[in-house]
Amino acid sequence: MSPRALKSLEPASTDPAKIRNFCIIAHIDHGKSTLADRMLGITGVVSDRDMRAQYLDRMDIERERGITIKSQAVRMPWALNGDTFALNMIDTPGHVDFTYEVSRSLAACEGAILLVDAAQGIEAQTLANLYLALDNDLTIIPVLNKIDLPAADPDKYAKELASLIGGTPDDVLRVSGKTGMGVTELLDRVVELIPAPQGDPNGPARAMIFDSVYDTYRGVVTYVRMIDGKLSPRERIQMMSTKAVHELLEIGVSSPEPTPTKGLGVGEVGYLITGVKDVRQSKVGDTVTNAAKPSTDALPGYTDPKPMVFSGLYPIDGSDYPILREALDKLKLSDASLNYEPETSVALGFGFRCGFLGLLHLEIVTERLEREFGLDLIATAPSVPYEVTTEDKKHFTVTNPSEFPTGTKIASVSEPMVKAAILAPKDYVGTIMELCQSKRGSLLGMEYLGEDRVEIRYAMPLGEIVFDFFDQLKSKTAGYASLDYEPSGEQDADLVKVDILLQGEAVDAFSAIVHRDKAYAYGLLMTERLKKLIPRQQFEVPIQAAIGARIIARESISAMRKDVLAKCYGGDITRKRKLLEKQKEGKKRMKMVGRVEVPQEAFIAALSGDVEGKDPKKK
Amino acid sequence: MRATRSPRNPALAGWSRENESTMPSALPRADPAPADGLLPSSVTRGWAERDFGVYVHVPFCRVRCGYCDFNTYTADEVRGVKQSDYAGQAVAEIQRAVEILDATGAPRRPVSTVFFGGGTPTLLPVTQLAQLLGSIRDAWGLASDAEITTEANPDSVTAESLAQLAAAGFTRVSFGMQSAVPHVLATLERTHDPERVPLVVEWARAAGLQVSLDLIYGTPGESLDDWRSSLELALEQHPDHVSAYALIVESGTKLARQIARGEIASPDDDVQAEMYELADTVLAERGFSWYELSNWARDAGTRSRHNLSYWTGQDWWGVGPGAHSHVGGVRWWNVKHPAAYAERIAAGVSPAAGRETLDEETRRTETVLLTSRVADGLSISELDLPGRGAIAGLIADGLIDGGAAIRGRVVLTLRGRLLADAVVRRLLGS
Ligand SMILES: Nc1nc2c(ncn2[C@@H]2O[C@H](COP(=O)(O)OP(=O)(O)OP(=O)(O)O)[C@@H](O)[C@H]2O)c(=O)[nH]1
Ligand SMILES: C[S@@+](CC[C@H](N)C(=O)[O-])C[C@H]1O[C@@H](n2cnc3c(N)ncnc32)[C@H](O)[C@@H]1O
Ligand code: SF4
Ligand SMILES: [Mg+2]
Repeated sequence: MSPRALKSLEPASTDPAKIRNFCIIAHIDHGKSTLADRMLGITGVVSDRDMRAQYLDRMDIERERGITIKSQAVRMPWALNGDTFALNMIDTPGHVDFTYEVSRSLAACEGAILLVDAAQGIEAQTLANLYLALDNDLTIIPVLNKIDLPAADPDKYAKELASLIGGTPDDVLRVSGKTGMGVTELLDRVVELIPAPQGDPNGPARAMIFDSVYDTYRGVVTYVRMIDGKLSPRERIQMMSTKAVHELLEIGVSSPEPTPTKGLGVGEVGYLITGVKDVRQSKVGDTVTNAAKPSTDALPGYTDPKPMVFSGLYPIDGSDYPILREALDKLKLSDASLNYEPETSVALGFGFRCGFLGLLHLEIVTERLEREFGLDLIATAPSVPYEVTTEDKKHFTVTNPSEFPTGTKIASVSEPMVKAAILAPKDYVGTIMELCQSKRGSLLGMEYLGEDRVEIRYAMPLGEIVFDFFDQLKSKTAGYASLDYEPSGEQDADLVKVDILLQGEAVDAFSAIVHRDKAYAYGLLMTERLKKLIPRQQFEVPIQAAIGARIIARESISAMRKDVLAKCYGGDITRKRKLLEKQKEGKKRMKMVGRVEVPQEAFIAALSGDVEGKDPKKK
Repeated sequence: MRATRSPRNPALAGWSRENESTMPSALPRADPAPADGLLPSSVTRGWAERDFGVYVHVPFCRVRCGYCDFNTYTADEVRGVKQSDYAGQAVAEIQRAVEILDATGAPRRPVSTVFFGGGTPTLLPVTQLAQLLGSIRDAWGLASDAEITTEANPDSVTAESLAQLAAAGFTRVSFGMQSAVPHVLATLERTHDPERVPLVVEWARAAGLQVSLDLIYGTPGESLDDWRSSLELALEQHPDHVSAYALIVESGTKLARQIARGEIASPDDDVQAEMYELADTVLAERGFSWYELSNWARDAGTRSRHNLSYWTGQDWWGVGPGAHSHVGGVRWWNVKHPAAYAERIAAGVSPAAGRETLDEETRRTETVLLTSRVADGLSISELDLPGRGAIAGLIADGLIDGGAAIRGRVVLTLRGRLLADAVVRRLLGS
């Protein structure tokens, strides 16, 4: 199909009335990026020849995992009834860890396409993202996707959607991002329904930074939404929070390749390049203004996302530590939500305690570090931040279990809580409630969505979710349940630190903060794992789990009796020596815990739980 | 005289690499060996203090045992090279060896030990074995007390052939008995009839040969009692010497595949340790004492001096495909395949595939590695400071003999023998 708009509107001089800013929001995998592909094609900004699936998922890691991690904004021309419009579309991620990314995108838009898989129906992130969009006063266009699927049941889900956001089932559009069916109508609907941006075209320039990305070739690329006024190339701009002034080296729009323009006018979405090398100098949420004619009122920014999950990252080869530091500094440039500070571990050496938005974020950062910087890393078991108060009224925030205060009497420990929403077919309610109960959840409420789907809401400790809740939820519901959660305060709980000791020495990487009722189970799990993983030594090695001085579980590795090759060698001494060299090489990869030699791999396996034959790739 | 590093014959350049990837086990990688095989003059340092021995590899067997990765071939003819041509090629290598050693300028030393190993040397007609021994005698002369051994499979000898070997000058025969228990022999895929062992030992003794028996322990399915009865049956033959080897699963062998497929269990280290201890006890009761980790002798006179020469850094020339040699701190090894070997010999090119010249550090490492395995032990003076620092800990852990250490030698205890590799690592400071 040939593009409908024969000429596109010139950025910098587009009448705001002809601009439509919207994002596509949905539960993970409901087809946002695929729908975006069709829009890129139908509007002609990407030719058939250049098209590839999930065009906007540009990072290797996005392409391999088939998920979106970063939002992407694209300007596309569209014509309706003889009028030409400029559409700014933002494809957003669907995973709960990246809710922060979605909320920033929403702030750059007047409307949102709420996409729902017509074979799956409403899921947990559908609700979470809808809530965010309504909270930002966006106009919602409900759309059912994947109607080409034989299993699609658009009538049923149109009803569900209509009852959720009001209106009638007929208001719910039906499209297929795969075949392109209904997408033209959807673009028309966007023009008709989504309000044009408002703003003072002649006021002092105010642009809201909604993303800031480090690019090796271009330095920091800052994505903005113009709220008032106008910005032009070569102008001197000012960051309102820091008052730092930069020269605008390039200004443009993504369509979807970066295209320099004569500027950005009110209501437009585009990018700025100033030559700064650190995203912190061009902070998400900050307001950009003209240095010569500055605005006095900064736009309300975003609250920085609080890291929810902490883990220690250590290079397997200790000499890679400086590379890891540099790599984290570089990643931080494009991922402002990443936090880290140096820490040391007896078992693992020098590394960093890093804060993440969630488990997927942790996994992705680790993978990017390994892939983009050639590092081999161990990540310690994820932990959440605990607030500990000792009897002498001192407060600590503990993000690393081994720093849990010992010696002093602990008055209270509080843990972060979340409100979790689980959506699942009603047959699984019993199973899910049982699971949540076992994870110390307390029921907040339950609601039917349509006839056979239920939303179950629980207050739950984040630490339990981080442990293995999602894996268990998926496996107990044959993959049907979806989960969303958001922070909701803290609660005091009977939490203890369980240490794992090898020959009486605590291995800091294995210490964990768990509820007292679960301490024994954790102790048993870890001692059994380590017994399987640690090779026999020349002496017996006791493995114990302890709370303070009290041993709660024990195992032991019997002494190795034979470590010799008693074979007929003939004169091949070289081979014998090579073998010795190999053994010595192997020993270099051992970490010493007291007198016990623990292979690096044992740490990794014990931390990742590989021992029980679990596939670490499945998440 | 300096060694000339002539470039390798390009026509032959592919041999060693090609052979490395296939069975049997790979050769070490090191410097290329010079085509003329000449040695650096450095090898003559300490020349007179070292014994000189000859090892002759015979790379043929009737069938390959499931566990074996030795350099041996079962076909009569491999890549156009016949078994019957082999002796002639080996003689040619011996004659070239004389020239190469003479070229160092050092005097010829009479040969103190000769060992025919394999494969199965006794697959060759006795006349050929005698011819080979004769060419060694012609080349260097044999010491008056020379120890001359051949390995033999119990089913590859007769009373007659043993008598002929003795007549040709052999003094010793080492039989591959492995086990006396039928199901163990079956798992090992040994084809010989265990009942034949007493016979061949009897014949060997009648011929005036010393007798050694090779045993393997820790075969999957072998019980402690099985092992005890093999030991006892072996000792009932009154051998002069016993070698007992722990079964090792070598990659690429049929046994390794059977284990990978789960058809056969893996040998168990703890069981092998127990069997080693049992062997040491039973052998000691019958008057045998260990002189190397896997070797026991009735007395000092029946130790295998050839075997000891490997562990004590003597010189020897290894003749034949895949054979390893050591002369004065230079180690080299021949191409493995009999056809490659034949081709090199025919072309008048050294059959060596690679060699290494040991530097001081490597020599020291080897001394620790090798001499710590023998009962006479390692002189503490060979150790560096960290190595000496490890001694007290090793005594405390019961791995080396305290009394011997006070007298200046590192001698493994029974427990230490079983953990010998760990002891060596500690002595070498890692
Ligand atoms: N049959 C069919 N499959 C579709 C359609 N749209 C998307 N898919 C498939 O659904 C899967 C997920 O599509 P994406 O476009 O990556 O989904 P997403 O919502 O962007 O996913 P996240 O960004 O990870 O949240 C892919 O395998 C697509 O091929 C559709 O209309 N019909
Ligand atoms: C060079 S082999 C061959 C001797 C002769 N061909 C025979 O098998 O009787 C010498 C000895 O090494 C031992 N041996 C061979 N392969 C072994 C293995 N995989 N593990 C332990 N010992 C082995 C056997 O005891 C064998 O007798
Ligand atoms: S007879 Fe000896 S050398 Fe030949 S295959 Fe068997 S064990 Fe190996
Ligand atoms: Mg996507």
